[in-house]
Amino acid sequence: MNIADLKTELTGMVEAANDLDTLEATRVQALGKKGKITGLMKTLGGMDPEERKTTGAALNLLKDEIAALIASQERALKKQALEQRLATETIDVSLPIRPEAHGTIHPISQTMEELGAIFGSMGFQIAEGPDIEDDWHNFTALNFPPGHPAREMHDTFYLPDDPEEQGEAAKKLLRTHTSTVQIRAMQESGAPIKVIVMGRTYRSDYDITHTPMFHQCEGLYIDKNVNMGHLKGCLMDFARAYFEVDDLPVQFRPSFFPFTEPSAEVDIGCSRKEGGLKIGAGDDWLEILGCGMVHSNVIKNCGLDPDEYQGFAFGLGIERIAMLKYGIPDLRTFFESDVRWLEHYGFDPLDRPNRATGSK
Amino acid sequence: MKFTLSWLKEHLDTNASLNDITGKVTALGLELEGVEDPTEKFAPFKVAHVVSAEQHPDADRLRVCQVDTGSEVIQVVCGAPNARTGMKAIFAPAGSYVPGTDMVLKKGKIRGEESNGMLVSEREMGLSDEHDGIIDLSEDTAIGTPFSDVFAMNDPVIDIALTPDRGDCAGIRGIARDLAAAGMGTLKPLKAPSYKESGKSSIGVNIDAAAQCPLFMGCLVKDVENKESPTWMQNRLKAVGLRPISALVDITNYMSLDLCRPLHVYDADLVKGDITVRLSKEGEEFDALNDKSYIIREGQTAITDESGILGLGGIVGGVSTGCTETTKNVFIECAYFDPMTVARTGRDLQIDSDARYRFERGVDREFTVEAIKIAAQLVIDICGGEASEVVQAGSVPDWKKEIEFDPAYTKKLSGMDVPADKQVSILDSLGFVINGSKVTPPSWRHDVEGKADLVEEVIRVIGYDHIDAVSVRSNNTVSDSAETKNITRMRGARTALAARGLHECVTWSFMPKGLAAEFGSNDNGLTLTNPISNDLDQMRPSILPNLMTAALMNADKGNDDAMLFEVGPVFETAKTDGQRTHAAGIRYGQQGEKHWSGENANRAHDVYDVKADVIAALTAAGVATVNLQTAREASDYFHPGRSAVLKQGRNVLAQFGEVHPAILDHMDIKANIVAFEVFLDNIPSAKKKGTSKKLLHLSQFQSVTRDFAFIVDENVEVEQIVRAAKNAERNLIDSVSVFDVYQGKGVDEGKKSIAINVRIQPVKQTLTDAEIEGISQKIIDAVAAKTGAVLRG
Repeated sequence: MNIADLKTELTGMVEAANDLDTLEATRVQALGKKGKITGLMKTLGGMDPEERKTTGAALNLLKDEIAALIASQERALKKQALEQRLATETIDVSLPIRPEAHGTIHPISQTMEELGAIFGSMGFQIAEGPDIEDDWHNFTALNFPPGHPAREMHDTFYLPDDPEEQGEAAKKLLRTHTSTVQIRAMQESGAPIKVIVMGRTYRSDYDITHTPMFHQCEGLYIDKNVNMGHLKGCLMDFARAYFEVDDLPVQFRPSFFPFTEPSAEVDIGCSRKEGGLKIGAGDDWLEILGCGMVHSNVIKNCGLDPDEYQGFAFGLGIERIAMLKYGIPDLRTFFESDVRWLEHYGFDPLDRPNRATGSK
Repeated sequence: MKFTLSWLKEHLDTNASLNDITGKVTALGLELEGVEDPTEKFAPFKVAHVVSAEQHPDADRLRVCQVDTGSEVIQVVCGAPNARTGMKAIFAPAGSYVPGTDMVLKKGKIRGEESNGMLVSEREMGLSDEHDGIIDLSEDTAIGTPFSDVFAMNDPVIDIALTPDRGDCAGIRGIARDLAAAGMGTLKPLKAPSYKESGKSSIGVNIDAAAQCPLFMGCLVKDVENKESPTWMQNRLKAVGLRPISALVDITNYMSLDLCRPLHVYDADLVKGDITVRLSKEGEEFDALNDKSYIIREGQTAITDESGILGLGGIVGGVSTGCTETTKNVFIECAYFDPMTVARTGRDLQIDSDARYRFERGVDREFTVEAIKIAAQLVIDICGGEASEVVQAGSVPDWKKEIEFDPAYTKKLSGMDVPADKQVSILDSLGFVINGSKVTPPSWRHDVEGKADLVEEVIRVIGYDHIDAVSVRSNNTVSDSAETKNITRMRGARTALAARGLHECVTWSFMPKGLAAEFGSNDNGLTLTNPISNDLDQMRPSILPNLMTAALMNADKGNDDAMLFEVGPVFETAKTDGQRTHAAGIRYGQQGEKHWSGENANRAHDVYDVKADVIAALTAAGVATVNLQTAREASDYFHPGRSAVLKQGRNVLAQFGEVHPAILDHMDIKANIVAFEVFLDNIPSAKKKGTSKKLLHLSQFQSVTRDFAFIVDENVEVEQIVRAAKNAERNLIDSVSVFDVYQGKGVDEGKKSIAINVRIQPVKQTLTDAEIEGISQKIIDAVAAKTGAVLRG
């Protein structure tokens, strides 16, 4: 058999092999120890040198060609076999995923962490104090004279007197504001002091805009030269950072609190159109917090010298600013623990407030 | 506090616009609540000429009118009987809002005739109840004149919110004074009374309670006629929301609003003998002008005559001597009552009156004789009669005080640079008397006590807008961390629990006392004396009941599965150190809905889920949880056999388990609840050892695993087996996991089979079979020694 015929024959066999077993048999027939090419190779010894050389070269070429052809056929067959297998493995990818629980962070906590991040970046430290307070810390030390109408405005919850204490320290109540911690922090750390306080506060009032428990954020900054300009700068920077409106108009107007003098209320700009409220430059104002320069009596009550130290304090309602920023319409829903509400208004636990991150 | 623009202008000579004034009151600290400008409200309504009024072709009672509005002649169908050709009427165009009917007018056809608006009645304009016909104006009224001009409904009403310190602005004159100081015009002088006194008062006055009432004055006006007060006074009172009653009563109300001077008028003929101010006796009875009867406690400021209590000083007058239309002789009271006493009495008796509002904030201490004379003049002017000399008991209380005034302090406290002479002129315009470095506040200001108050006066008049804002910066370029240890732990626990799929809740710090008792609360010191409702009366000993209540409420709304947690306070005692911070949670119902992938997807939450919650929360709060021990020491409100605490030595860090069935029963909860509480305060502070972690040695040698199955007494806890196995060769045993727990066929009664998988990690060299065999034997021996376990054959 000449080489050309053999090539035709073997090529035909390889191409005809339509499964891997047949292809393997063909490989053995062609290239195996007893295969046709190997058989011809064995005849080379009987040839004269010139013929051996040309025939040997031709056979080697044929061997390589057939080997390559088999490899290519093998790939093709494997691919085909895989495709056939995959075709049988089809699943319905539209099936829903296995249930995964996605927890949420309450908007009050989220807002507190935002406040911590903003005021922290201005150098404020967080301070804490107890929810159950006494008359002295909640009122007297904060310059509410006994019997003053301003005390009455606080709708205080009272607890039985502490038999182990006397006078104002015995009169137990739930703090009506976080300002109590101003007193505790100043008494503990003296001055200079730069703290914020976030926590639960309580007033006996329950209607569409009041709940018996709510949260406040208090700020206190006392040093030798802290003045109202700093108060203004601090709160303007805060309001713009918190509401994420760079040019947010912020207005300060005189007001009254027993524990500050001068006192101010702070409004931010907003517009109301078609029932919606938009925070930002607009034709209306929205009150967000009260503040002022700490009253000299308060500084004195904490054992500091008001001629040496002065500074500012502010207090804001955490639910209120959360409602404004996140468009939550009803205060009472914050405390209802309705899973649908928590899922909707709650925050991803992986999204923790941080001044360095975020989107612009 | 409401007032009208024209009323303000009685005291303030100004050209300022309404907008300027409303902007300024807010800037002065008299917060603007609202402005109602009737000219705007009534803008569409103008005088029109009825050119013709013809009978409607298709309706007996209707007329088709051609109406000249000044700009056009249009057709209006009118049903009023008095509609007639040639009359002047008020025309409301289509599209206008008609206040009396609360409707917006539409163009339309009435019985086929086009109608482009309406000719309105007084009732439709909200003027009166008159609706027998349309408004019929005199013929010389010019076409196009605004309705608000014709009816003098053009006085804007301004409403401001007063802070408790600004009692002086509870009178319109006080507001005018503030506005004048702020450059909004000049304060007009008060008109001096001009009547001649005639004789002495037949009613004398005495004070037996000088602390509560230092001054009491009276003036008898005889032969008065208590008719209706004049229109101008009625209009002003109505504009600010007061109902006119009679001239004498209206005069006292007017004085109160106008000059912040509450007065009282007695029908002099009904007063028995002289008037004495004394403290009330226990149980005295009194019928007040607010139509209520009171039994008075001892020690209130009572205005009395021989018959008993006539009124409560500074709060409310009485029926027995009230002025009526038959009053012929009137006795006017002008007194000074102590603010604190008035506040207390008013609060005790829950009487809110305009007098109380002013007296408890403090009225002008020097505005006394002049005030009663102005009142007497008004009575004479309106009701006629002759006024007696003023009778007086007591005297003006000593009120003058001097305050240190340092113009430099204004800059130091406010940051605002105000020239000293400007400061002086502001204080002067507000009525302060400056004497060198001392300042005396005016008699009408009760709120000015110290030098900071003077700063406030100066800068509020200039405007807080003029304070330059200065940013507050951290002392260091990079700010320090702001959190306390407690806050850091709370945040860690909160994030970990939410990441495990639980929803964070915020629930009340209080709960029903009965339920709190089930959770270990037994301290009556934690029961509110004035709870907002009976089911919110006890400070919570645990967060769990609130979360369980929340789960119930969710179930009521069709949400049967809930995973809830809260990080917040609980209360052990009412002392300052009696508050604890817990991270608590519950799992209720199933993991998820029924699911195609198999039962595991919606299996019920169990104890091991909450154990994992606890471990996650503790880890996030900084605890190395691998070394914690479990112990059956959980609180009584857990299932005794299905709960435990996690401890570090003797320190209990958390508890978890199934809620006790008896509690579920008490709360009427049908399904199981698994719950946990992490005691964040009990976590020991990490010893400060820098930020670096322990150096990691990664072995290059392949680890091997071996399985062991032990038969042990069923009471043996698996944690003991795991611990024994781990400790058998501490350096080489990397981990021990439990992969089978079995009781039943093939295992004797009272025993259980526990299978563990131990991973052995060679450190220095690959282990030989013999070495591994040795370790295995050590494990078997150690487990046997600690637990009595036998290797399963």
